[in-house]
Amino acid sequence: MSLLTVDNLEVSFVTRNGTHKAVKGVSFTVETQQITAIIGESGSGKSVSCYALLGLIPSPPGRIDGGSAQFQGQNLLTLSEAELRKIRGSDVAMIFQDPMTCLNPYLTIGEQLIEPLLIHRNLSRADAKTRAIELLDEVGIRSPNSTFDSFPHEFSGGMRQRVMIAMALINEPKLLIADEPTTALDVTIQAQILRLIADLQKNRDIGVLFISHDLAVVSDIADQIVVMEQGEVVESGSPDAIFNHAQHPYTQKLLAAIPAGEREEPAAKNQVLINVCNLRTWFQPNAKAEPVKAVDDVSFDIYRGEILGLVGESGSGKSTLGRSIMRLAPITSGQVTFDETHLTGLEGRNLKEFRSRMQMIFQDPFASLNPRMTVYDTLAEPLLLHGICQRANLDRHIAKLMDDVGLARNFIRKYPHEFSGGQRQRIAIGRALATQPEFIVADEPVSALDVTIQAQILDLLMALGREHNLTMLFVSHDMAVIRHIADRVLVMYHGKIVEAGPVKQVFNNPAEPYTQSLLSSIPGAAMM
Amino acid sequence: MTTLQASEQVDLLEHAEQGASLWRDAWQRLRKNKMAVGGGITLLLFILMALLTPWLAPYSYEAQNLDLGASPPSAAHWLGTDVFGRDVLTQVMYGGRVSLAVGFIATAVALLIGVTWGAVAGYVGGRVDAVMMRIVDILYALPFMIFIVLLMVVFGRNVLLLFLAIGAVEWLTMARIMRSQVQSLRQQEFVEAAISLGLSPAAIIRRHVIPNALGPIIVYTTLTIPSVMLLEAFLSFLGLGIQPPQTSWGLLISYGAETMEEYPWLLIFPGLALTTTLFSLNFLGDGLRDALDVRGSKD
Repeated sequence: MSLLTVDNLEVSFVTRNGTHKAVKGVSFTVETQQITAIIGESGSGKSVSCYALLGLIPSPPGRIDGGSAQFQGQNLLTLSEAELRKIRGSDVAMIFQDPMTCLNPYLTIGEQLIEPLLIHRNLSRADAKTRAIELLDEVGIRSPNSTFDSFPHEFSGGMRQRVMIAMALINEPKLLIADEPTTALDVTIQAQILRLIADLQKNRDIGVLFISHDLAVVSDIADQIVVMEQGEVVESGSPDAIFNHAQHPYTQKLLAAIPAGEREEPAAKNQVLINVCNLRTWFQPNAKAEPVKAVDDVSFDIYRGEILGLVGESGSGKSTLGRSIMRLAPITSGQVTFDETHLTGLEGRNLKEFRSRMQMIFQDPFASLNPRMTVYDTLAEPLLLHGICQRANLDRHIAKLMDDVGLARNFIRKYPHEFSGGQRQRIAIGRALATQPEFIVADEPVSALDVTIQAQILDLLMALGREHNLTMLFVSHDMAVIRHIADRVLVMYHGKIVEAGPVKQVFNNPAEPYTQSLLSSIPGAAMM
Repeated sequence: MTTLQASEQVDLLEHAEQGASLWRDAWQRLRKNKMAVGGGITLLLFILMALLTPWLAPYSYEAQNLDLGASPPSAAHWLGTDVFGRDVLTQVMYGGRVSLAVGFIATAVALLIGVTWGAVAGYVGGRVDAVMMRIVDILYALPFMIFIVLLMVVFGRNVLLLFLAIGAVEWLTMARIMRSQVQSLRQQEFVEAAISLGLSPAAIIRRHVIPNALGPIIVYTTLTIPSVMLLEAFLSFLGLGIQPPQTSWGLLISYGAETMEEYPWLLIFPGLALTTTLFSLNFLGDGLRDALDVRGSKD
């Protein structure tokens, strides 16, 4: 008897523009002491299927059209809101993608942890506190006693996610639903959280339903994988069956999208385009405070025509380094030389001229495009500003740019919110290419995207790089992506470059222990 | 590239802006919003009426008929007459000239100063921001009445001065709203993207910051216009603004309120004119805000 049996679930959303079937007859099971992973892109209905079980879909517009979900002898779909509320948070618990938005910033961690104990279990405050501290210890938080009285902002993303897991476990659920719990985390932290979830599920006798867009992430921990596409289950089976004997073309596409392998041995490049020398970018919060050394005495060269990978965890200073080169962050000391011109002293018109030669692609395509400018306006701005083309043949230039980045021309009058993440990133790439730059800083350009879209954007960047003979600084926390795209790689840790070299050398014979720990965190390494 | 070419390019950008899609799209969306169109047409009618009052008004501005006294609406006097036998319709029409002018001119002054001031302070930040906002704080702390009385004493009583004085006070809040909007906007990546494209700060504020900060500003503007009209009434009541025989809606209402039990029409009709204007403004303001919010549209 399975812990949860979902049979033929159907969910649709009724909007003014008609009924949209989000989930079309989905069936899966979750066993005790096992992890079932649901894999799919955004919009595949994977989250909707799970939220519908707990009555968490806003209705209207959401509507459950049919199916059943047997959990401990009850059909969840027929329960009333009051009965569901009893199940949520006690027998079934959830953890979410963004641990920051799920914690109340004005209450201590402890206060939020014991709240359900005080309400549901009628425990005394002292007992509840003991229980909460045991749990914090269990989810791997060091010094749980002092943690109890801390506020959420005092923790890193990984620690907050641990707190969320402790919170989910506090009423000893039978079923844990984890909705992309590691997507917002760094690769090394992600590996730790995945291990924690796997351990908990074995020690605690619970079933886990793990939702993710990333096949590689779940490959290490899942017992059962369910692949969803456009509201339907296209394939399900053990990780071994999925990875080695995938039947459905969509699963094969997902597998192919996992960044793997490295580029062919590149022809050695030796013409220096950018020289960074003893660069320091320190932030001084106020006169008395110790400065934050985001970038601390960094020197390296970027050769013309290469893709240089810059890898590190959040807080390592890798984004600040990229932004310092772009003159977006104030440089404390040191020198950046671009094609034998010092960038650090440039102002006004001279700086503007250089801006056209170097461009940036940002991480979040939802934030990097002006929401009130159409694609046309966004692309027209750099073209006119730098006199790339005359007003008369502007339309032709914009059409060419859209072709280059793979956007259909009839999108030209649309606003950013009407596009998907991948399409938006294409617009952002088009904007960066508009000034015909020689050098591009790509700051985590694929981190916010689904795996299959990520593969498309990486391919696009590589193709454009070849076509326009671009030099690129590719910043990422994802070792697999760097390995896929870069010629050489710099590893950054606490504001310093700890290792540098050709991709093959760094990945096969990492010298630094830090690089080794980054490499061992790549998800799905065992399956590849 | 030579300097000459550079300046030509700036001109090209200006032309592009005139045909900017945001405003054209906003106009099309606004036209579909019946409430907003209704509000706009009503406002236009009121403004037309105010402009053409000397030709449209049924009676002369000073004409009294003391024999008639305060009489209720009739065929000769559609909205009745006041205690001096003056036609209420004529008074409301002439009053509208002053009230609408005060409302729109003072608000325009406030809008121009406030939005620019707030945008610059918020965008530049640091010391400039601190100095600019302290100036705003000092002006806030200054007692408004003393400020106006001082202006009147120094420059003499003058309707145009009244507009400027009110505008000079109302821009403070506008600047604060704008500054907080801009502060959050300038952290956005699309502003960084604009910097890395090489746009000048002025162009970034104009093209990327202000269009995204307009929502709250428009709503606050539609709230400012009525409050400015009431402020004028208050000042006039104290003898600092418009003086009889000149009149405004605010003055008519305050006189009407004194006699509302005996002669209710003296309060009802000026009041109706004011509330109709305010409703129209609110509908138009809401419509404008929605029209400018490209994300809200489903077309």
